[in-house]
Amino acid sequence: MNVTRGFAGRPRVRNDGLPPGQYDARDDWPVLSAEVTPELATSQWTFTVDGLVAEKRTWNWDEAHALPPSAYEGDIHCVTSWSKFGVRFAGVSLDTFLDLARPTAEATHAVAYSHTGYTTNLPLADLTGGRAWIVWEYGDRPLPAEHGGPARLIVPHLYFWKSAKWIAGIRLLDHDEPGFWEQNGYHHRGNPWEEQRYSGD
Amino acid sequence: MSSTTSMSSAASVASAPATRFAVPGRIAVSNRAAATWQCATLTEIRRETPHASTFRFAVPAWAGHLPGQHLMLRLRAEDGYVAQRHYSIASPPDDDGHVELTLDHVDGGEVSGWFHTVAKPGDEVELRGPLSGFFAWPGDRPALLIGAGSGVVPLMSMVRHHRARNLTVPLRLLVSARAPEELIYASEYGAETTPVFTRSAPEGVAVGRVAAAHVARLLADGPDSGWEAYVCGSNGFAEHASRLLVDAGQPVDRIRIERFG
Ligand SMILES: Cc1cc2nc3c(=O)[nH]c(=O)nc-3n(C[C@H](O)[C@H](O)[C@H](O)COP(=O)(O)OP(=O)(O)OC[C@H]3O[C@@H](n4cnc5c(N)ncnc54)[C@H](O)[C@@H]3O)c2cc1C
Repeated sequence: MNVTRGFAGRPRVRNDGLPPGQYDARDDWPVLSAEVTPELATSQWTFTVDGLVAEKRTWNWDEAHALPPSAYEGDIHCVTSWSKFGVRFAGVSLDTFLDLARPTAEATHAVAYSHTGYTTNLPLADLTGGRAWIVWEYGDRPLPAEHGGPARLIVPHLYFWKSAKWIAGIRLLDHDEPGFWEQNGYHHRGNPWEEQRYSGD
Repeated sequence: MSSTTSMSSAASVASAPATRFAVPGRIAVSNRAAATWQCATLTEIRRETPHASTFRFAVPAWAGHLPGQHLMLRLRAEDGYVAQRHYSIASPPDDDGHVELTLDHVDGGEVSGWFHTVAKPGDEVELRGPLSGFFAWPGDRPALLIGAGSGVVPLMSMVRHHRARNLTVPLRLLVSARAPEELIYASEYGAETTPVFTRSAPEGVAVGRVAAAHVARLLADGPDSGWEAYVCGSNGFAEHASRLLVDAGQPVDRIRIERFG
């Protein structure tokens, strides 16, 4: 690509934590969701693991909070090209939920779905091994509704549209099925380091 | 993980839950267009307001778009640094080989700053798109459009499409601006539009925010089949307007929101 005449960009320090095409949003945390922010009380929230599992399991708010706690501290990356460094989310590792529901050998993929009806697909391998969480706290405070509170999924090594807000469940499948944005032209996996933004990238 | 014998064959064909809200299955997004960067040549700059201008580009291989879609634009510095941002398309589809964007001049903004202070006709940038079929409106269903500030940009593409094609399907636009001089596309609005001014208004027009009464009037005035609602603007505005719609009885799965961040 050609240099844009007269464009220098903002003065910047080299930042190895920034995937290609991203910028540091610093204190901003833009909100990007296509649907109306739901008014979802913690008493109404449930989280289910079903599909290809030995035992379909559903947890309510108190049951989920009784599981061993786990936190993520690190960076997040949105496909709209901002990244945010050193954020802290607290909740429970998704491994804990999956271990209790026991995925069967056929399970290779998952669809995460929300209480609003949003869906997003992921390879199961991206959700296991300490790489995904169900979280309800952001920086030691309850997760704000517009950012997915009372609870959301986070899969920080992928673009953030994979981290379904208002998470209602994970369904395990033996094949890949595109979710909401993936049906709308986004990449099926969404690895920020490989700039997998749109299908075809 | 071990497989279990209790698995029924029905369970092994488990499928994804349906996306519940308003994915327009009728809109196909071209994966190839979305993945390909193309060169765009700036041909014209039109001032809209003291803080917003429209930038017209020739994009000879543009695959076409639907009103409401956006694109990704990138600028490159000498040292290889790249800045990319999303912008809604302001022009209607019937503008062969051209697209128009309308950019707010954001204080200290890297990309909008370049456009407002450096860019001139003849400059080249790169873009890819159109992107996202979700906020698109093909002109087939009654549409209620609510926007604020530069959030009116994708909605204007819809209004222009409606005009250009002489569509008869009902269309209404509720647009909020701080003051009359900050109302983007002011001279183009017709009977379909209700402007709302939050800081200062023309003689005889009240100053205030988009309110329940505006929304109630538009919903009461709607077609029997109801509206598809399109809300666009800052996140604060999108939260406010979508909440008003829900409170007035608009089904959540017929509200589409585009948040500019
Ligand atoms: C789907 C979509 C459609 C959009 N459509 C439009 C549209 O039609 N029209 C439009 O005008 N906008 C639109 N936007 C917003 C647009 O993408 C940009 O966010 C906007 O133009 C600002 O970009 P910028 O590079 O000028 O500002 P940025 O450089 O991104 O800065 C934004 C703000 O952050 C501050 N900032 C950020 N980083 C730094 C830093 N390192 N140092 C100091 N300050 C910093 C800036 O001062 C400024 O206040 C859209 C966004 C989306 C997601």
